[in-house]
Amino acid sequence: MTGPAIFLLLAGLGAIAWVSARARALRLQTAARETGRRDAVHSLPGYHGWYVALWTLIPAGLFLAVWANVSPGLVTQAVLADPAAQALPADAFSRSAILGEARAIATGLQAGAFNPASQALVEPYRAALNSYGVAGAALALILAFAGGAYAFTRVRPDFRARTRVERLVMATLLVASLLAIVTTLGIVASLLWESFRFFSMVNPVDFLFGLKWSPQSAAMGYGNDDAFGAVPLFWGTIFIGAIIAMIVAIPLGLMSAVYLTQYASATVRKWMKPILEVLAGVPTVVYGYFAALTVAPALRDLAVSVGIHGASSESALAAGLVMGVMIIPFVSSMADDSIAAVPQSMRDGSLAMGATTSETITRVLIPAALPGVVGGVLLAVSRAIGETMIVVMAAGLAANMTANPFASVTTVTTQIVQLLTGDQEFDSAKTLAAFALGLVLFIVTLLLNIVALRVVKKYREAYE
Amino acid sequence: MQEQTDLTIANPKMSARDVKVFYGPKQAIKGVSIDVDMDHVTAFIGPSGCGKSTFLRTLNRMNDTVASARVEGTITLDGEDIYAPSMDVVQLRARVGMVFQKPNPFPKSIYENIAYGPRIHGLAAGKADMDVIVEKSLRRAGLWDEVKDRLHDSGTALSGGQQQRLCIGRAIAVEPEVILMDEPCSALDPIATAKIEELIHELRGRYGIVIVTHNMQQAARVSQRTAFFHLGELVEYGVTSDIFTNPRQERTKDYITGRYG
Repeated sequence: MTGPAIFLLLAGLGAIAWVSARARALRLQTAARETGRRDAVHSLPGYHGWYVALWTLIPAGLFLAVWANVSPGLVTQAVLADPAAQALPADAFSRSAILGEARAIATGLQAGAFNPASQALVEPYRAALNSYGVAGAALALILAFAGGAYAFTRVRPDFRARTRVERLVMATLLVASLLAIVTTLGIVASLLWESFRFFSMVNPVDFLFGLKWSPQSAAMGYGNDDAFGAVPLFWGTIFIGAIIAMIVAIPLGLMSAVYLTQYASATVRKWMKPILEVLAGVPTVVYGYFAALTVAPALRDLAVSVGIHGASSESALAAGLVMGVMIIPFVSSMADDSIAAVPQSMRDGSLAMGATTSETITRVLIPAALPGVVGGVLLAVSRAIGETMIVVMAAGLAANMTANPFASVTTVTTQIVQLLTGDQEFDSAKTLAAFALGLVLFIVTLLLNIVALRVVKKYREAYE
Repeated sequence: MQEQTDLTIANPKMSARDVKVFYGPKQAIKGVSIDVDMDHVTAFIGPSGCGKSTFLRTLNRMNDTVASARVEGTITLDGEDIYAPSMDVVQLRARVGMVFQKPNPFPKSIYENIAYGPRIHGLAAGKADMDVIVEKSLRRAGLWDEVKDRLHDSGTALSGGQQQRLCIGRAIAVEPEVILMDEPCSALDPIATAKIEELIHELRGRYGIVIVTHNMQQAARVSQRTAFFHLGELVEYGVTSDIFTNPRQERTKDYITGRYG
């Protein structure tokens, strides 16, 4: 019996369970009504229907899920027990190759055998698959019937089917929300584990404070000791994400927020705010093209024409400028929210003293909104230093420690991409370094986010 | 309206003639004429939504911040039309200060709250000068003794009544000629209210004071002139004691005796 058929059968059973349980509950309800007691049936008939249907489907479904994982092993064991399997070679590799081929033919994925040894095993395989398939389906159906029958006997006027169904709904939602958290924990655990392996090869102090980054030389066998100094990468990340990008994003974001909240008419605001927010939805790879193909060459030409030496076509400035533009919506929407959250009475108070609109903004509104703005900036920084595509495309690979914005620098994310792309062995210090860099990045952005959210929250409480 | 002509002052500080205010198509004020001078506190009373706060806000053009608001008629300050194009609204609001219903100190220190106005209008020549202004304003607002040792604490950390006196001090600091108070005690407890009322008595004569209030006893205690508003009209305007003891209009009498509002 095939998978889809079983699922259809189960679905049909579930539907029958729902209909019959509902009908029974309905009859009970009618009977109870006739005795004149309105509260005689605790739950609506539909809840009884769901209760029985779920009892029909869930145990059988869980069983099938387990069975799908267990049965291949059982099938293989059955095949190995077959006399035909005695002829199999002893070494595990060719043995599993033959078994694999036999299985492929048996399930119809492959037409004929390359290896005559596998041909002999096709029949036993087919037989085993068939018998275990039938057994699984039968067990699932029995479970479905048993579950449904058990639940059906519980359909009584005073049975609290609604409570049970609601509890299951809650449990489902809980599992859904836990999944995201568990995934995050898994990511952290894997990062920690791989980083730990890296730090068993390279001293963490050398990694965090070393000034020379040349993982290639380590890969070529010159030793790990001073090849993994990550400070140039940290510097490049900060230079692009926290300095150049913020010099662009903070003033522009703040000014656009002030314009939108204080000066723009309702119509202008209605159009400009969504347009500004569209910037946040542009895929970063598109910004990357723009930085690498348009901004970077233009900046290099500019630098050369004003006589700056060492201007690279992959400059920190190009990546930083474009990243700054990308970040503007973050800064402006946080600033917008926090300026709008300053009570109107502050604004009125200031205007009533004879302050102009701009005096009111610079002396009252922005100071009052400052914590929210700072929170927004911190979130933007954390976004910027984790940003990958733009810097991969526009910032270059040279791990330079330079404050010259026209020179090429590299960032943590660029190097992670660099270390992990292509054919790599996953146990060398070179590839594991990517995980250590990822861990540092994760910790820094996590801290920034925590601080930012706390600052914003504390400030919100002050006015509400 | 015999009383009204009697009360017209020869040389009023502020004078409103046939003032109408519209919010979009809706008329909120229907032709109000009133005079304000330095020697009398004027109280505006009336039920909620009668237009008394709206009218108050026309006197320093705070209605300008409401996009749909439109004002007709004339309002003069020392004979000068405040809605004339030549009138600078910044200058006007420096001369006609305002205190709001809910205390709204800026989230700055007490000192900086008072110094805010003088600073934006360039009234102080230096730090020493500013110190003098801050002390004088806080003394006039009756707050100096309570806060002189903590001028650099946040203004928002004060009690509600102190905050409201801080706001009055802030308004005084720019040396206005008229102070408009929009239900200044509605968010305060009785003791704080008594302090503000006492302060209003002390400020009378130095500043023209107009106070909007829900509380008729308060109007009776602090004002010498009372205007009763109803549905955007000025129903009756007169000497406070006359309004409360001998109202001429049926609607005023009903309101004062608590029949509605």
